[in-house]
Amino acid sequence: MTESENRAVIHIRQLSKTFKQQCVIDQLSVDFNSDDRIALIGQNGAGKTTLIRCILGQYNYEGVLEVMGMNPRKSRKLILQEIGFVPQTPPPIKLTVRELINFFEKITKTPADEFYKISNDLGLDIKQNFGKPFYKLSGGMKQKLLISFALGRKVKVLLLDEPSANLDPQAREILFSHLKAYAPNTLMILSSHRMDEIKDLVNRVIEMDLGKIVLDNIVTEK
Amino acid sequence: MQLQKLTHSSLFQIMNTDIFQSLRSKWFWTYSLLFGGFVAVMFATGITESQIIGFVGLSRLMVTFMQVSMVILPIYVLITTVRSVVGDRESNVMEYMLSLPVSFTGYFWGKFLSKFLLTYIPVFIALLGAAVWGSFTNLDVPWDLFMLYSALLAAMIFCFLGISMFISSVAHSQDLAISTAFVLWLLLVAFLDLILMGLLLKMRLDAGTVIGLGMINPLQVFRTAVLVLFDPELTVMGAASYFILDTVSRELFIFFAITYPIALGGLFGWMGNYFFKTKDII
Repeated sequence: MTESENRAVIHIRQLSKTFKQQCVIDQLSVDFNSDDRIALIGQNGAGKTTLIRCILGQYNYEGVLEVMGMNPRKSRKLILQEIGFVPQTPPPIKLTVRELINFFEKITKTPADEFYKISNDLGLDIKQNFGKPFYKLSGGMKQKLLISFALGRKVKVLLLDEPSANLDPQAREILFSHLKAYAPNTLMILSSHRMDEIKDLVNRVIEMDLGKIVLDNIVTEK
Repeated sequence: MQLQKLTHSSLFQIMNTDIFQSLRSKWFWTYSLLFGGFVAVMFATGITESQIIGFVGLSRLMVTFMQVSMVILPIYVLITTVRSVVGDRESNVMEYMLSLPVSFTGYFWGKFLSKFLLTYIPVFIALLGAAVWGSFTNLDVPWDLFMLYSALLAAMIFCFLGISMFISSVAHSQDLAISTAFVLWLLLVAFLDLILMGLLLKMRLDAGTVIGLGMINPLQVFRTAVLVLFDPELTVMGAASYFILDTVSRELFIFFAITYPIALGGLFGWMGNYFFKTKDII
């Protein structure tokens, strides 16, 4: 094993994922390390979300995929204790904000204060919205809450799929400052269409097209 | 051991969240009021004072309640729960919830148990309410019947939940899941006496085959078991029940009527969970 493979948090070799004979990830091999802050870019259908779902243990696949040395299908729960995830589109969860926070507190074993802190910084007063069903919040509020859930936890991997899509410019700035300040030994993968927005945040850019990596660049500080 | 503890914890948490969500749905309250109201209406209209073929008092009320349950419960369970897994999948709720440390098995059975409790508790309370109210109004409470009917209701709900969750796991869309559930229900209803008699008479099937077909239909098993204690002449039971009870003893049939639907629901639930945890979840 090379030094890079040894310190890889996510180790991928010959990974393929096919849906009804359509190959969405094609023989992908790459390592993601704990000090990587990756911009995962590419057009729609490039395979970014499918790759994220494979890492989350939501898809079967062919090839080798190890997250913290474990198979994400077989050791899904243990791995997910260490992964914070923000989806591209907030799902229409019917729980109230209070119920959702209670659920998160128990499932992730994280005190709710950690979530309140981040959401306050992002300009969302959680307590004022306690009784509202999550799906009835505005798009921006939902996104802020989901970001608070992901960043409020101490995890080893952050998977953020277009996290700033619904945020106002001010909240976007605060999100990026939080991401910058997040534990430096946390692997961060940011899927985004706006490279200009995240260029100061990342140290590696990976571009996908038709299920393959077509560009993998280390970003050096100016 | 630690992993097992986590599985139980996620099952419990998913069950809790599902219960919270359902308690806010109009479906649940309409359903609960329907059964509670039905019992109240039966008391108000004096059904306990009427008598039909040996059924009188609370027994009469309970038998009527069970007949109504047989019509409403299976289709209610199927329609309301068949969307639970496939619906979460289509709306991306599942993608998010299962990005958290929640086991597939905990997610599936947590939803299953919550639906079971939310469907069973209202009908049980309605039945218990009838018994309690009957005892206050000096009616004889047939507790043996109450116990049997409570167990039969639990078994039937468990059975249809298992089938429903299985359909929900394997279906590719909510529309397909609902259509499948509806067709299945129609098929089971048709295979009560109607088609069985047709097969018996026109195709000259032997009685054993008719009994076999009747015994694998959980609706037929429920229907026969509801009346089994009451109708020694088997006059209101229909042909299939007649054949069934002519072949096996009543005690054995009651045991079968409770264990078979539970086993069937458990089998379908297990298959649904297996499919859910081994296939792509989105």
